[in-house]
Amino acid sequence: MSLFSFLDREHTIAKPGYSRWLVPPAALCVHLCIGQAYALSVFNLPMTKLLGITQSAPGDWKLTELGWIFSLAMLFLGGSAAVFGRWVEEGGPRRAMFTAALCWAGGFLISAFGIYTHTLWLIYIGYGVIGGCGLGIGYISPVSTLIKWFPDRPGMATGMAIMGFGGGAFIASPLSVWLMGKFNTATHVGVMETFVIMGLIYFCFMMVGAAIVRVPAPGWKPEGYTPPATSSKLISKNDVYVYDAVKTPQFWLIWWVLCLNVTAGIGVLGQASAMSQEMFPGHITPIAAAGFVGLMSLFNMGGRFFWASTSDFIGRKNTYFVFMVLGFVLYCTVPTAGATGNVALFVGCFLIIISMYGGGFSTVPAYLKDMFGVRYVGAIHGLLLTAWSAAGIFGPVIVNYLREYNVTHGVPKAQAYNTTMYIMAGLLVVGFICNLLVKAVADRYHMKANDPRLAGAKA
Amino acid sequence: MANQTESSNSLKLFLAWSFVGIPLLLGVYNTLLNAMKLFQ
Repeated sequence: MSLFSFLDREHTIAKPGYSRWLVPPAALCVHLCIGQAYALSVFNLPMTKLLGITQSAPGDWKLTELGWIFSLAMLFLGGSAAVFGRWVEEGGPRRAMFTAALCWAGGFLISAFGIYTHTLWLIYIGYGVIGGCGLGIGYISPVSTLIKWFPDRPGMATGMAIMGFGGGAFIASPLSVWLMGKFNTATHVGVMETFVIMGLIYFCFMMVGAAIVRVPAPGWKPEGYTPPATSSKLISKNDVYVYDAVKTPQFWLIWWVLCLNVTAGIGVLGQASAMSQEMFPGHITPIAAAGFVGLMSLFNMGGRFFWASTSDFIGRKNTYFVFMVLGFVLYCTVPTAGATGNVALFVGCFLIIISMYGGGFSTVPAYLKDMFGVRYVGAIHGLLLTAWSAAGIFGPVIVNYLREYNVTHGVPKAQAYNTTMYIMAGLLVVGFICNLLVKAVADRYHMKANDPRLAGAKA
Repeated sequence: MANQTESSNSLKLFLAWSFVGIPLLLGVYNTLLNAMKLFQ
């Protein structure tokens, strides 16, 4: 059997006796690796001293130039997930995981060469463009497979994988610091070697995922599982073709729900350290603020599993109602916590907010499956991830510019974030309305049994 | 035969979950240690 046929969907069909519980670790193999993107900032400072070693020298890269690496990777994450979604869906998870591994590891190796030759555009292309494509393809690669294996718990299944994306930084961050320490000498910053080793480790790790992943045989269902006879109107038994899904109002309503939920979360995630210190001067030190950021990352990861699993019981639409209503209350509470100096209330509010930010990501694949069926859910999810890219621009812009505007207009630093909190709460009201408007997809969008496009995506 | 399949499946499950679980738990533990600075 050649490598290419090994990657085919036909060769990934599970034999009788295969345990479906092997699929979540396969998905985690990919998501834990690509989640490294959240820890890229650990390289920022060392990469500004590649020539000067102890401090930046003329010719060394600036932080503003390095910031584009992450931005490019996120842009290509959304773009590649949208463009290659159908290809991923039709080719099966193994081919997608293998491609993601090649792009992700290749991105690291090209970037290492860019560091070696001190050529920034090579890093933009390596990590930003090629690595970004690995991020997008890897992110959506296990989604529909997990949903097919866990028709009884689709939220929990996708929650487990997407939790891995949140957890990847926990592994990458200490690993990067440790490797740089090993290769760091008086005349050399060990970033290049670290990139090479991490690229090779990630390739091997992701290939383990590609090797153990399987798709269920046609018609397979879990032992003892009978699909509910009286199903909710919002859980479709029909499939919608990927490019027909974008013609439905439901797709765009969910796009806005995700975008607004992520905008609200992403804006405070990046500013949490500075915000906590400025709102509680003297109470929260820089070291305590770093601890707060770490705690937020844990809640971001835990929320991905918790909320997606909860959605299996209370429904996707209700889960997003919880995000919007509870988020609104919590954002409105933050200024009060700041005014009264209540650190515990402030920390509690943000931990719950950030858990719902993570939950928004992990619940959305199951929401899409409910609306558009299983067949093209991975590809539709890929298209929806453009909402993430948009939120990545809106969120930080709103927080940064409003803070700057308030400070330059004489508002004390401790209160400079209040307007932002109310604006975030307002965004969630809009998100609530969008979610409220989500109804079942009209029959005319459903694929018919004799649809020739069905041949392209086997169940 | 059924018992053999079951024990081989259990071993695969143990190895697969350990492969992803151990690094993840180590990372979470490390982050939790840092997060404790908030309460010091």
